[in-house]
Amino acid sequence: MEPQEILRVEDLAKHFTSGRSLLAPGRARRVVKAVDGVSFSLARGRTLGLVGESGCGKSTTGRMIARLLDPTAGRVVVDGQDTAGLRGKDLYHFRRKVQMVFQDPFASLNPRQTIGSAIAAPFEAQRITPAGGVKRRVGELMERVGLKPEHYNRFPHEFSGGQRQRVGIARALALEPSVIVCDEPVSALDVSVQAQVVNLLEEIQEDTGVAYVFIAHDLSVVRHISDEIAVMYLGKVVERGPVEELYSSPQHPYTRALLSAVPIPDPRAARAQVKIRLRGDLPSPANPPSGCVFRTRCPLMATLAEPERERCSHEVPEPASFGRAACHFADSAALT
Amino acid sequence: MTHASMETSSRPARGAAPFLDVRGLTVQFPTDDGVASAVNGVDFSIERGSILGIVGESGSGKSVTSQALMGLLKGTSAKVGGQALFDGVDLVALSEAEMRRLRGQRIGMIFQDPLSALHPLYTVGRQIAEAYTVHHRATRAQARKAAVDMLGRVGIPNPEQRFDEYPHQFSGGMRQRAMIAMALICEPELLIADEPTTALDVTVQAQILDLMLELQAETQSALILITHDLGVVAEVCENVLVMYGGQCVEAGPVDEIFYRTQHPYTLGLLSSMPTLGGRQERLTPIPGQPPSLLDLPSGCLFSDRCPAASLVPDRRCRTERPLLVTEGGHSRRCHLPIDQLATLPASR
Repeated sequence: MEPQEILRVEDLAKHFTSGRSLLAPGRARRVVKAVDGVSFSLARGRTLGLVGESGCGKSTTGRMIARLLDPTAGRVVVDGQDTAGLRGKDLYHFRRKVQMVFQDPFASLNPRQTIGSAIAAPFEAQRITPAGGVKRRVGELMERVGLKPEHYNRFPHEFSGGQRQRVGIARALALEPSVIVCDEPVSALDVSVQAQVVNLLEEIQEDTGVAYVFIAHDLSVVRHISDEIAVMYLGKVVERGPVEELYSSPQHPYTRALLSAVPIPDPRAARAQVKIRLRGDLPSPANPPSGCVFRTRCPLMATLAEPERERCSHEVPEPASFGRAACHFADSAALT
Repeated sequence: MTHASMETSSRPARGAAPFLDVRGLTVQFPTDDGVASAVNGVDFSIERGSILGIVGESGSGKSVTSQALMGLLKGTSAKVGGQALFDGVDLVALSEAEMRRLRGQRIGMIFQDPLSALHPLYTVGRQIAEAYTVHHRATRAQARKAAVDMLGRVGIPNPEQRFDEYPHQFSGGMRQRAMIAMALICEPELLIADEPTTALDVTVQAQILDLMLELQAETQSALILITHDLGVVAEVCENVLVMYGGQCVEAGPVDEIFYRTQHPYTLGLLSSMPTLGGRQERLTPIPGQPPSLLDLPSGCLFSDRCPAASLVPDRRCRTERPLLVTEGGHSRRCHLPIDQLATLPASR
């Protein structure tokens, strides 16, 4: 049986417009296309890894899925319901379905709120009384994420980074959402603690069937936890596919360079690896290159003849679909 | 093979002392809650032209070790003990004025976050030229020329024009290149890089590591690379020092540490990392938390989290702090190193 789709994102875009300057009122507003035409879907109980470097739009995409930001264009369909038109009461009810876990467990908890009441906050906000009462349910949630229920009345400063992230996860689980958007949930943690939290997220998924959108820049963690991967560059998905395939035979030159840049914790393998080095920095999303957004850093450009290069600078490649890279020459790139 | 290369790289020519020799380094900070023991006896040495990686998690004392070596804790409430002989001069005992003559000249440092390490109101070029002006008593024009050359060497396009720009006009990768230019302008013999690529994206990290290696090979300086990333260590370093609770728990050539791991903490770190290779079913985390620096256990600092501690007779791991033992260039601080696990009597 085909796994049931829980989340579908179609041609999603978010454009930020800079305000008109008081000093130069005549100057045209600048539009930053943070996310520009992103599509993917996610089945119940599965994990989609959203990867890319800073500024690629992965967090903005996550925030639009949770409706913390309103999309400029495109659709987010959760459990068959288009979230774009939701207002008032409908939006309020929708919030139970998608929850978030944030990166910084220090900034995402109120220092003056006990962790028990932080975990209970979603029940209050949604005016729900779980069976057996709020306090009992919070205790169960705390146990579920590996915290001691007797620590209900403790404050965030009494906990380590890893424990605080467990609080964040318990809070996200409280309303039994169908999708959790995890925005860099383990990047602030040390490796030994990071593994604890990654394992916890996997166990929870097996138990509850929740789907994760897992946003991270650490490609090894993403590989470990994800079923599918979407690689983003300057607001666009450049490649999308099943995790094993994407890691073992990446199609897009950017994916290939990104994977080859990850340091391997194995000295012999590191010495043997052939490195692809990108030159230069990410272009500004306010002024992206014409044609293919990656062309200014693409290692493939040097190997192309003039008419082919022309194509890269003028023609935007087809958006990445499942198993396909958004590149005019992905086929020849895979061969080199 | 690895043994032989370690011997040649870590042992100097007959009779000569190592280029930098750190012995029993300790750092303590008085706090409102008591004395925090951040570094508790660290020993290592490094030769010219070689690269040492110091790895550890937050609170392991790796950054404080580098600050103590650079003399950045002088004039603070921190108490620094032990010895750090740099070409025969004890850095710990130097006065601030004497340290100033070395810092930027013979010892350079690269910090993690270039945005906070660069002054926002001075041009990047001026900040790079400063060390050159001070240490070489150079004119402004000479210093400018040296700084522009250096900017070019670290791969910044249009260095002449970039010299007059401010840090906010540089991207993250460019700022880190500027930091490297600043550290290297006087061609230091020892370069300490504290998490130089942690704030950068992987593709930029790869560029910066390549650049550092290239310049290090060119100048034959000694490089200490402090990082939490075992991947970076595997790619870059010849020798590795693993820190935990302010102590060195294991040290040796990189292949020794990765393929003949002796300390349970190092093994725990290696197995808790997900890899790009084959998919693991579950990661193996290290249970628990690192010890509080305000209240260190009297036994082995890792004993609370160590899976092997219960196998050692007489609760030795809880009561007696192990010493650093070196065999064939590979040091470890453990009562029951992994190669001895097999020799345990079967009755246990």
